[in-house]
Amino acid sequence: MIFASLRNRGVLGINSRNSELISAFNPRRLYPLVDDKLRTKKLAMEHGVPVPELYGSLSTIHDIHDFHAIVGDRQDFVVKPANGSGGDGILVFDGHRDGRFRSCTGLMVSWDDLSHHLANTLNGQYSLGGHPDRVMIEYRVRFDPVFDLVSYLGVPDIRVIVFRGYPVMAMVRLPTRASHGKANLHQGAVGVGIDVATGRTLRGVLDNEFVDEHPDTGTSFSGLNVPGWQTILMMAARCYELTGLGYLGVDIVLDADRGPLMLELNARPGLNIQIANSEGIMHRLREVQAIADSEQSAKERIRESVNRFRSPS
Amino acid sequence: MKLTGRRRHLYALAATLAVLGGSAATYRAMVLGFPMTPGVTSSLWTVEARVRFERYTPGPAKARLAIPGDLPGYGVLSENFISRGFGVSVNEENGDRIALWAIRRTEGEQSLYYRLRLFRQANRSVAFPEPPFPPVPELEEPFAAAMDAIVSDVRRRSADVETFTATLLQTIASASPNDNVRLFLGDESDAFAAARAAQVLLAGARIPARVLQVLPLPSESRQVEIRPWLAVHNGKRWLLFDPATGTRGLSQSTLIWRWSAEPLIQVSGGSRESVEFRVSPSVQDALSLAQQQAASRGSRLAQFSLLDLPLQTQQVYAIMILIPIGALVIVLMRNVIGIRTFGTFLPVLVALAFRETQLLAGIVLFSALVAVGLALRLYLERLHLLLVPRLAAVLTIVVLLMAALSVLSHRLGLETGLSIALFPMVILTMTIERMSVVWEERGPRDAIIDGVGSLFVAAIAYGIMDLPILKHVAFVFPELMLVVLAIILLLGSYTGYRLSELRRFRVLSRGSS
Repeated sequence: MIFASLRNRGVLGINSRNSELISAFNPRRLYPLVDDKLRTKKLAMEHGVPVPELYGSLSTIHDIHDFHAIVGDRQDFVVKPANGSGGDGILVFDGHRDGRFRSCTGLMVSWDDLSHHLANTLNGQYSLGGHPDRVMIEYRVRFDPVFDLVSYLGVPDIRVIVFRGYPVMAMVRLPTRASHGKANLHQGAVGVGIDVATGRTLRGVLDNEFVDEHPDTGTSFSGLNVPGWQTILMMAARCYELTGLGYLGVDIVLDADRGPLMLELNARPGLNIQIANSEGIMHRLREVQAIADSEQSAKERIRESVNRFRSPS
Repeated sequence: MKLTGRRRHLYALAATLAVLGGSAATYRAMVLGFPMTPGVTSSLWTVEARVRFERYTPGPAKARLAIPGDLPGYGVLSENFISRGFGVSVNEENGDRIALWAIRRTEGEQSLYYRLRLFRQANRSVAFPEPPFPPVPELEEPFAAAMDAIVSDVRRRSADVETFTATLLQTIASASPNDNVRLFLGDESDAFAAARAAQVLLAGARIPARVLQVLPLPSESRQVEIRPWLAVHNGKRWLLFDPATGTRGLSQSTLIWRWSAEPLIQVSGGSRESVEFRVSPSVQDALSLAQQQAASRGSRLAQFSLLDLPLQTQQVYAIMILIPIGALVIVLMRNVIGIRTFGTFLPVLVALAFRETQLLAGIVLFSALVAVGLALRLYLERLHLLLVPRLAAVLTIVVLLMAALSVLSHRLGLETGLSIALFPMVILTMTIERMSVVWEERGPRDAIIDGVGSLFVAAIAYGIMDLPILKHVAFVFPELMLVVLAIILLLGSYTGYRLSELRRFRVLSRGSS
C-alpha cells in the first residue's frame, strides 16, 4: 500500500501540514509579518538579518510617478509585489535607456507597459484575495557563481525549513529553460537537496523524478558546497525569533558581494523539499518536537540540527 | 497523532449533529410516514355515502347517518358533507359519530352526500373499549333449548374463544344447517341476520361479541355494500371474524365503518330512505399525503418542513438544499483526492447550472463561454486597463456573450442554449480573470489543467446532485444536512495523504533509493 509506505518514510502531506503544523504552530495573526514582504524586510533589518537593500516602495497609483526618482541612475533593480506569491509579478531589470527598461531576459519593456504592470500590482492582481498591494523596488542580487553551472537564467534560491527555530531540511531551487528562469519546482525548476549538516548538495529532482545533471547545462548537481552555510543556517534559525512562526520556510539567495541575503519568508512552505531530499520530513519534525527548548539560542539550535540531520552521502 | 481534546470535541460535535439529523429524519420517515424514495404512492380512497329519501309533502326533514370515527388501519385526509339547502352538524352519540342533516322545508326526492377521503396507514391496533361479559340471554322455548344444544355442541368441538367462534360461525354458515340453527336464522337469508344470530349464541356462551358494519375498499371504482363482520373479545383483545365463513381476520382493504349493527340511517319527515356507498381508489403521491396527514395531526416536525413553504420558495430550496451535498463533493475532490479547481465553490454553482442545461450541453456552453471570454480578456490585457474596470469589462462581456449565445441558439432552435442564463456570471468573470492570470504567469498548461479540473469536479458534483433519490431525500429530510455537516467537519480533520500526493511523492515511496 502506497499510503503506508509514504507514512513509514515520514512523508508530510498537504492535509497533515495544514492541520497539524500550520494551524498548530503558525498563529494566523503572525501571517501579515511574512505575507507582506515589506514588513518582513523591515523586521529583518531591525534584527540584523541581511536582506537585499530596499530602494523604495509604491503604495498608490499616484506614487508611480516617483518610480523614476527611486530608480535614479541604478541600472539593476527588481520590481516586486509586496504581497505576491509564487514569484508572480516579479520583474528583474538590468538596465534602462531612453525610458525603456531591459529585463534580465533581454526583453525591452516600455514605460507604458511597466507603469501598467505597477498599477495592476497596486490594484492587487498578484496579492492573495485581490487586496490592494504595494510595490517594492529593491537591490538586484548578483548571484554567487557557485550555482552558475547548474542554473539557467533566473534566481537560484535556497529554501530552509525551520521548525520551532531548528533548521530541519534545506534545498536549492535551480531555474531551467523550461521554468522560464523561475525557481518554482512545479513550473519546471530543479530542486536539489542540501545536507543540513554540511551544506553539500545532494541529488536533484525534476518533475518529481530524480535527475543528476542540469537539463540545460549538463552539469552534475551533487557535491557542490554552498558557501557560508553556517551563516545561512544562522539566518534561517533567527527568522524564528523574527516572526514567532513555528513552521517556516526561509528563502535565501547568495550574493557575490554581500553573501547570503534573506529574500522572503513563507508561513506555508511547500512539500517538494521532501522530494528534493528524497526523504520525508516528519521524522525530523518529531525529533525536533522531542528536543525543542525555547531557552536555546539560535547557535545552540543550529548545533542540535547539525548533529542530528546529517544526510547519508 | 494522539487524540487531542480538540479532536474529541470535534468527534463529539460531529456525532451529535449526525445523531440529531439522523433521528429527526428517521422519526419523520417512520412515524410521520414521509416517503424515503421519490414517487412512492400509497393507496387513497374516496368513499361516498349517498343518502336518499323522499318527502311527498312540503315540510321539515331530518336525516341521521352514522359515520366512522376512529378507523383502525386508515387515516382520514378530509371529510365533506354535500347537500342542497340542508344544515349539517356532527354529534357524538354513545360512542358513535352521527352526521345530522336538517332542513325546515323541503319536498320530493332528496340526496345527501357524505364524502370521506382516507388512506391506508401502518397498522394501528383496534382501540375499541373492552366490553363487560354479556348476560346469558333469556329466551323463550324452543329458542333456549336450541341455544343450549348449539352452544354445548360447539363447545365440545372447540378449545377457546377463538375456535369456539370459528366453529359456531361455520355451523351457522354451513350449507345444510341443522334444525336448531335454522330456528335461529329464521326465514331471512340476510348476512346481518346470521351475524346477529351468532352474537346471541355467543352471548349464550358468555362471550362478548359485536356485529360491525364494514365496507370493502375495492381496487377499482365501484358501488359497494356494507357487510357485517363479527368482533369477539377473548378477554385480552378483539378478534375479528367473517360471519359468512368463520375465517378470522379482516382484509387490509376493508374499512370498519361502525362498531354496531344498528341501521346506518334514520330519517324523520321522509320515507323510502336508503344509503348506498361508492368507493373510488386513487393513487396519490405519498409525499403530499404524509404532509397533509402530519399537518392534520399537528406534528411540530411537520410544521417545520420545507413542504410547508409557498410553492415558489419550495422550488428555490429544492435546489439550495443540494448545495451542501455539492460542497461535500468539493471537499472530497480537493482534500481527499486533490484535484485543483478555480475558485472553491465555482464547480458547485456550475453543477447547479448543469441541472438546467444537461451535462453535455452544459460543458460545451461553459467551455465556449470561458474560451471566448478568455480570448477577449487576453485582448483587453493589451489596453492596459486598471484591475477593477477590467473586471467590470469582462463581466459585461460575459453577460453579452450569454445573451448572444441564448439568442443564437434560440434562432437555431436549440432550446438548451436558453438555460445558459443560469450560469453564475460573476463567478464566471472571476474564473476568466483568474484563468487569464494563470495563463500569463504559469502558461496555458496550468490554466487548462485547472479549468478542466473545475469542469470535471462540476460534472461529478452534478452527477451526484442530480440523483433523484438524493434530490428527494435532501428536500424531504433537510435535517439530513446535519449529517452532511458532520461528515464535512470530520473531513476537515482528515490529515492523511491526498490521492494526488501518491503520484507526487511516488519517488519517495519506492523502496530505498
